[in-house]
Amino acid sequence: MPQRTVAIGAAGGLHARPAALLVQAAANQPVPVTLAREGGDPVDARSLLSVLALGAGHGERVVLAAEGEGAEAAVEALAALVAAGDE
Amino acid sequence: MARVIPGVGVGGGTAEGPVARMAAPRLPPPPRAVPPEEAPAEAAAVRAALRDVAATLERRAAPLTGAAAEVLEAQVMMVNDPALADLAEAEVRAGSDGTRALTAAFGSFRAALEAAGGLFAERVADLDDLRDRAVAALLGLPVPGLPSPGHPHVLVATDLAPADTALLDPEQVLALVTEEGGPTGHTAILARGLGVPAVVACPGASELTEGQRVLVDGGAGTVEPDPAPARVAEAAARERQRRRTATALSGPGRTAEGHRVALLVNVGAPRELRAAAEADSEGVGLFRTEFLFLDRAQAPSVEEQTAAYARVFAAFAGRRVVVRTLDAGADKPLPFATAPDEPNPALGVRGLRTATRDPGLLDDQLTALARAAEANTAEVWVMAPMVSLPAEAAAFAARARAYGLPTAGAMVEVPAAALRAELLAADCDFLSIGTNDLAQYTFAADRTLGGLAELLDPWQPALLDLVHRTATAAGRLGRPVGVCGEAAADPALALVLTGLGVTSLSAAPAALPGLRAALAGHTLSDCRELAEAARTAPDAATARHHVHAALG
Repeated sequence: MPQRTVAIGAAGGLHARPAALLVQAAANQPVPVTLAREGGDPVDARSLLSVLALGAGHGERVVLAAEGEGAEAAVEALAALVAAGDE
Repeated sequence: MARVIPGVGVGGGTAEGPVARMAAPRLPPPPRAVPPEEAPAEAAAVRAALRDVAATLERRAAPLTGAAAEVLEAQVMMVNDPALADLAEAEVRAGSDGTRALTAAFGSFRAALEAAGGLFAERVADLDDLRDRAVAALLGLPVPGLPSPGHPHVLVATDLAPADTALLDPEQVLALVTEEGGPTGHTAILARGLGVPAVVACPGASELTEGQRVLVDGGAGTVEPDPAPARVAEAAARERQRRRTATALSGPGRTAEGHRVALLVNVGAPRELRAAAEADSEGVGLFRTEFLFLDRAQAPSVEEQTAAYARVFAAFAGRRVVVRTLDAGADKPLPFATAPDEPNPALGVRGLRTATRDPGLLDDQLTALARAAEANTAEVWVMAPMVSLPAEAAAFAARARAYGLPTAGAMVEVPAAALRAELLAADCDFLSIGTNDLAQYTFAADRTLGGLAELLDPWQPALLDLVHRTATAAGRLGRPVGVCGEAAADPALALVLTGLGVTSLSAAPAALPGLRAALAGHTLSDCRELAEAARTAPDAATARHHVHAALG
């Protein structure tokens, strides 16, 4: 199963705008992508509340994973978003 | 005689209009068992309620741009969250009714955000708001919060939270009526600030219905449902007359024969400064300095304080500015000035008492005030809050003078200070009576409790007695004595205070025209008669009634 571990780039963590952008991007992927803290339970990356509830701050590492056709590209795209700093 | 609902009037004036009720936060309906065969319908209703809320917020976001739009869009994403709806549906399938299912679903995310802390925990209030909206949509009830009927209205509420009052639109709100709250509570303060009539502590308002027309009299403290057209016309004529009289006059406050009563404004935050400075006043009767100190871990530097005070003094160039030194403690705790473990902060180390434990704070403040005063033409007076003993007043005055602030006074907020006013006045240049705290300490009644409104009523004869005693003692020594509590904003009570010997009144800018007009219409001896009638009344309601009857 394709998966990637990345450190959160946004200064405020996965919160507010960065979280919203991630959730919107996840909804546009052909496959469901999950997000988890390292060693934690995965949540649906299309759920803003679940993503916020991770309480993931700047620099913390999270694991993105997906399965099925297009999973590799989906995980890559979202990982890039998570790793990106603020615009 | 038309039926009227009695309450406590604030703000003066009358207004007539349709009621818009603020939906009270209601208790959830009792739990209801949902049998398995009804679960699909209940789950569908829960999903529909969430969609309803999302649609409403989307409509509201549509015309907006920028940060305001982003906030609403984030709320839409939350309420549209598939995980939220799934969780709520699972609760329904496990036997919960819709209200409980929504509460539990929101609750699980709420707990996680709270646990995450920081920025994440700040979203908890958003979630609570969405939950309340979703439950209201499910039950077909009005959404809690300020109504926005789209036309001018009389806002009726159980009570208003400070967060609500900050959002009130003075163009839309003709008058305020609250079932709870007291004459010194924040609703009353806000009403005076906006210059709209208000009636608080009016339990009968619970019977008023949405859209019902009411006539609100902020002077008499009455709400008249479905008033006859003749009554409305009569009140409107009176209101026009009142405004005409109020705006026809200008300049220093004086009674009919010219006895001077200084009219001053209260200033507490930088954003109030402009309106306060533009008001026709003789200066500032109460400059609250707490705004500089709140929400910070350490006291501001002397330089920062000097700059902030200088801005106020510059805005009031050539006029008097009475500065109250830091009044920390009680309802305004500061991490660097307040002990965290006081069981009863209103009776704890607050006001001037903090200066005993930490003299540096007061020294810095006096240094900054003296520097700012030197660079400006405002006539700067300083006074200490929460003085109880003559020795405290004397020590404060000596300290202020040592810093080059020649006019130093004490606030009279503690009954002991009022009872020894002659000794306080002997060591000070002036006294200033804070009626809100003086009422709280005289009647042993927490001023934040709406249920104790009657005890906190500034018309209480025992309170007026203490004002009388203080003003008489100060007058004997030729010392000015002001009133800067909410009592000073009520035109009828202002006449009583003048009759008791008070020499200045400090209130919100919007209250000054009414005070000026009331003073101009009466002589000092009229005021003394009114004062005597109020002070010797058996209770606050009778005192108010006597004075209003005498004023016609």
